[in-house]
Amino acid sequence: MNYIKPKLLTDTPLHYCPGCTHGIIHRLIAEAVEEVGHLDDCIGIAPVGCAVFAYNYFKCDFLQAAHGRAPAVATGVKRASPNSLVFVYQGDGDLASIGMAETVHAATRGENMTVIFINNGIYGMTGGQMAPTTLAGQKTTTCVNGRDYKTHGNPIKICELLSTLDGPTYIARTSVHDVKNIKKTKEAILTGFKRQKEKRGFSLIEILSTCPTNAHLSPQAALDYIGSVATEHYPLGVFKDV
Amino acid sequence: MKKLWKGNEAVAEAAIASGCRCFFGYPITPQNEIPEYMSRRMPEVGGAFVQAESEVAAINMVYGAGGAGARAMTSSSSPGISLKQEGISYIAGAMVPCVIVNMMRAGPGLGGIQPSQSDYFQATKGGGHGDYHMLVYAPSGVQEAADLTYKAFDKADEYRCPVMILGDGMLGQMCEAAEIPPMRNLEDLPEKPWAASGNSHGKQRLINSIYMTPDTLEKHNHELFEMYARMAEKETACESYRTEDAEVVLTAYGMVARICKAAVDILRARGIKAGLIRPVTLYPFPSAAIRAAAERKSVKRFVSVELSMGQMIEDVRLAVNGLKPVEFYGRVGGNVMLPEEVADYVSDGKKS
Repeated sequence: MNYIKPKLLTDTPLHYCPGCTHGIIHRLIAEAVEEVGHLDDCIGIAPVGCAVFAYNYFKCDFLQAAHGRAPAVATGVKRASPNSLVFVYQGDGDLASIGMAETVHAATRGENMTVIFINNGIYGMTGGQMAPTTLAGQKTTTCVNGRDYKTHGNPIKICELLSTLDGPTYIARTSVHDVKNIKKTKEAILTGFKRQKEKRGFSLIEILSTCPTNAHLSPQAALDYIGSVATEHYPLGVFKDV
Repeated sequence: MKKLWKGNEAVAEAAIASGCRCFFGYPITPQNEIPEYMSRRMPEVGGAFVQAESEVAAINMVYGAGGAGARAMTSSSSPGISLKQEGISYIAGAMVPCVIVNMMRAGPGLGGIQPSQSDYFQATKGGGHGDYHMLVYAPSGVQEAADLTYKAFDKADEYRCPVMILGDGMLGQMCEAAEIPPMRNLEDLPEKPWAASGNSHGKQRLINSIYMTPDTLEKHNHELFEMYARMAEKETACESYRTEDAEVVLTAYGMVARICKAAVDILRARGIKAGLIRPVTLYPFPSAAIRAAAERKSVKRFVSVELSMGQMIEDVRLAVNGLKPVEFYGRVGGNVMLPEEVADYVSDGKKS
């Protein structure tokens, strides 16, 4: 099998750390955009966080949003350009902490957009602080002895939370820690884009990802952590499919 | 044809007439008639109305729709406008055209729901973080509110900047006879090749305010301020009323300027040569007109009349630059001065 670069990706070298899974996910998005036939009419929304420069890697229109506001920005974009494919790319701090209101309300309105939610359990760009998705015992720079739910509160399970709403058409949690799961992630993204194309409303794909740099793990150990620990607390699967 | 229009509704219909097809709002008194009107009217013209989950979300929806090339608007009142400041800073940085209406109410904090002009600093000096400005129009009646809203969309597109309509609760709630400018044909609106509207065919249009290299960001800062300088040259507007031989010049904007016109007439009847300079644009500020008045021998003093503790007076003083004394007369808390009270202060130094 030959490696073919998806048409939507640029040749710009990725700024992400070695072992980071953003690159894999960017590729999956690019493939899925091409497969739903939207290479020429696609608008991405970049978050604040490590993916703030995501627009450097895609040959499509892009808006860079303020921290947490991407679903609101995407709402405006989609209302102005209803036939364009609109994807929102957000990390866990952006989506599940500062942007929770925008996330929940875009979902409950059933805004016809697809959110790609990168859950790596930590604030990457700012240097490894505790995220709303950080798990018990996980050490970060703002919980140096490990997250203690009694002191630091509990993590938020976004798929479970959003699947209680009537607005979303498709909510799924996947992972990119091995080839099998990477393929499942691609299928989930594709499903989200197809739903949007069919004007069926809000879709969100939560992707369990790694941040080896801030987890102080080797790339392989970080992937193994997802496969063993993270998936135990964040079960994979489709949470809503209507 | 003139009809009886409520200020808020005239602003909303003028926006539609000017080609606004995306409105995002959140309820707050005294501007609720704008989102209410838009919720009825937008479906009739094929536009989008979203009642956002917050003012924060609403301004970011405007960023998205404006960034995608649509004529987009939001409206709010003082506490809600504070919430929008983050978004306005991003909009200014990313050069997204849009219109923001602030029907001011008294503050600080939750304050009250009565008219005020205490958001002048916020509107003209920045409000959000970073070096930026908005073009700020201050209508003094329902007709002018409609006309300036209509024009605001053109200027937003021309300069690629946010434009604010700075009114107050009085303007929003009052009814006057007004004519809404003619409905624009959307096809005639200017092209926006920079807009991230999709259909880019492999090229990228980027709406963005992040510049990580200091030299690049510095260049962007300078470009914004070169744009503001062009705007100051071409868009600065003010009205002078009976200033030709005036010895005392009142400065006031918005609804207060109308009160001051009546005060000028009362003062003239009392034999005091009074006049009024009314800024129509608060940013850019009509400093040259005020400076020219200050240089006239006949002018002895200025009085800045505001519904605040004294905000615009700082710009008046900068313009006068010490040539003549600049005094202040204001009411706050949602109280509004009577023309007689302004006249009594000017003629006798009485403050109510």
